[in-house]
Amino acid sequence: MPRRTMIEAIRDAMDVSMGRDEKVVVFGEDVGFFGGVFRCTQGLQAKYGKSRCFDAPINESGIVGSAIGMAAYGLKPCVEIQFADYMYPAYDQLTQEAARLRYRSNGDFTCPIVVRMPTGGGIFGGQTHSQSPEALFTHVSGLKTVVPSNPHDAKGLLIAAIEDPDPVIFLEPKRLYNGPFDGHHDRPVTPWSKHELGEVADGHYTVPLGKAAISRAGSALTVLAYGTMVYVAQAAVEETGIDAEIIDLRTLLPLDLDTIVASVKKTGRCVIVHEATLTSGFGAELSALVQENCFYHLEAPVARVAGWDTPYPHAQEWDYFPGPARVGRALLETMGA
Amino acid sequence: MADAGMLRFHVPEPEVRPGGTPDFSNVPIPKAGSVPRPDIDVDPRSIRDHAFSIIRVLNRTGEAVGPWAGLLSSDELLTGLRHMMTLRTFDARMQMAQRQGKTSFYMQHLGEEAVACAFRKALAPGDMNFPTYRQAGLLIADGYPMVTMMNQIYSNEADPLKGRQLPVMYSSKEHGFFSISGNLATQYIQAVGWAMASAISNDSRIAAAWIGDGSTAESDFHSALVFASTYKAPVVLNVVNNQWAISTFQGIARGGSGTFAARGLGFGIPSLRVDGNDYLAVHAVAKWAAERARSNLGPTLVEYVTYRAGAHSSSDDPSAYRPKTESDAWPLGDPIVRLKNHLITLGVWSDERHAQAEAEILDTVIAAQKEAESHGTLHAGGKPSTRDMFEGLYAEMPPHLRRQRQQAGV
Repeated sequence: MPRRTMIEAIRDAMDVSMGRDEKVVVFGEDVGFFGGVFRCTQGLQAKYGKSRCFDAPINESGIVGSAIGMAAYGLKPCVEIQFADYMYPAYDQLTQEAARLRYRSNGDFTCPIVVRMPTGGGIFGGQTHSQSPEALFTHVSGLKTVVPSNPHDAKGLLIAAIEDPDPVIFLEPKRLYNGPFDGHHDRPVTPWSKHELGEVADGHYTVPLGKAAISRAGSALTVLAYGTMVYVAQAAVEETGIDAEIIDLRTLLPLDLDTIVASVKKTGRCVIVHEATLTSGFGAELSALVQENCFYHLEAPVARVAGWDTPYPHAQEWDYFPGPARVGRALLETMGA
Repeated sequence: MADAGMLRFHVPEPEVRPGGTPDFSNVPIPKAGSVPRPDIDVDPRSIRDHAFSIIRVLNRTGEAVGPWAGLLSSDELLTGLRHMMTLRTFDARMQMAQRQGKTSFYMQHLGEEAVACAFRKALAPGDMNFPTYRQAGLLIADGYPMVTMMNQIYSNEADPLKGRQLPVMYSSKEHGFFSISGNLATQYIQAVGWAMASAISNDSRIAAAWIGDGSTAESDFHSALVFASTYKAPVVLNVVNNQWAISTFQGIARGGSGTFAARGLGFGIPSLRVDGNDYLAVHAVAKWAAERARSNLGPTLVEYVTYRAGAHSSSDDPSAYRPKTESDAWPLGDPIVRLKNHLITLGVWSDERHAQAEAEILDTVIAAQKEAESHGTLHAGGKPSTRDMFEGLYAEMPPHLRRQRQQAGV
């Protein structure tokens, strides 16, 4: 099976979707001729023409707002916000319009759009190239929020998102674009070509939205993670020797609660890991759900390892990023509690 | 450079406040028939004056004059008059229903009836409007059932939106009326997107965007003009300048000079101003802009100069911020009176027939109201189910909503 980077997998997902359905259009800043600042749309304009893949003015509200209008017409826009940090001008369109169109019109109009946005830190991106704003989407009724962690899932989830009849926020951890990253910034990074999850089938396949994956089976403790933190958790598990079960949530909303609850009931312990800031982050929702659904099975408090409640700094990158050492400490503490 | 002294902060103010004498003498009103009608493929640079003048057809004596006249038959004008009268009567009855506690909220169109009613007649089937909350004339003029509008206003068991939306936030794809949102200006860029989609699909349908004077200050107004200009989208960008944004006079959005139409010029978009209380002028300009869009010539911006004669909404009291008699002083008059006089001038209408039509329309609206109220009003009779609150958010209800629906006991 061919191996692809996450960038190539995402591009392939759009290529496959555009090839299968002429209603799929792709646009955003630098997305057309140039092929995207991360190369995710390279070649699509040449292959499908300027009517299907084109450059947009630097106006995030305009990109999402026009996509909503296109969706109301009957197209399936898959648009790009260059960095998740720059989605805020579009937040009004996403939360008040895309999320509610089906509901407020009782299905008269719908909004089958996908809004792709590179997310997450670990790249010395500083304050506005590192943010993880997923909690600002999971709090919004009517949106679906997806975060892939590997090329295979990225392609399958993106095709599923494009085919989904509802608006999907598709957060791409840019730290994982070229290879998995476990937080050990002092070690060389392995490219996806050397990783089995870099195996991405040709053609059409989907990974269903709303289904988590168990990325490591274990019995001592449950780790809930997504995006880059899946690999950080794996490193922490290996380094602590704890037989943890790592769940890659993949879709944050709708959430695969069944998989989470079954695992925590089995292990009795739960550590939640995300890059986003702690307070009111998605981890708080996960923690509450675990507590509500697994209270009598819990043998330790649910722990959260997250970004500090500060803007994402530049020089202090590795003091901020929740790396394997911090996650490992939380694992040990949760086991000892 | 010499010291210029302390800076002074500027906040625009309307000419007159409550207690003052309304004065629109500073509003230049060109003579009817004085603004030329260019070809639709005109170079935008050659019609810059159109963004500063006012296209008018009906003169003071009720005659249709000039190059924008002559597009509508007497029968079409009589129909247009009936639409405007219907909307006004509908408004009065629903305003009263709100005062009677049958609904929570209402917004009238008083004085602005010509804008949406005449515009609708310039569109073709399949075209899509992206209206604000003050374009119900689009529905009336397209024959959307009044009973259904009332069911929405009453949030009753027959409400097509299942009680989820505030009154007047209608939606009808079938009638080319996009779902209204409470968020101002958002639909303006969506209209451009819809038009882009039509062009991408090599369709022949066009979109119409709607916004008020106050909301042009929102960033989505700018987004829409940029995208419409960049992609030459087949869209008519309508700005309804009714002089007021709740309590705020239009100078707060516009500043001290220029016009709203002039905003389009910087984007290379042909921009026209039209007498919004002149049914014939609104229709003629709308048709011109729609033909441009349909001929792949790109967007047009149209500013309708009108006056919000009523309160902003049922929750508003304009006497707190403008003279009570200001609408009487408005130099462009009343759209219904002006079309009525024109039809009398043509010899196809009379005061008697007008009074008779008023009575007939009132009967029709009251009958519709009775039927709607048989399905319930906000606090009495049939209402949407609690289940309806959970449904229709996603195409398929996700597990967490199913659990919450169970918790709610439905």
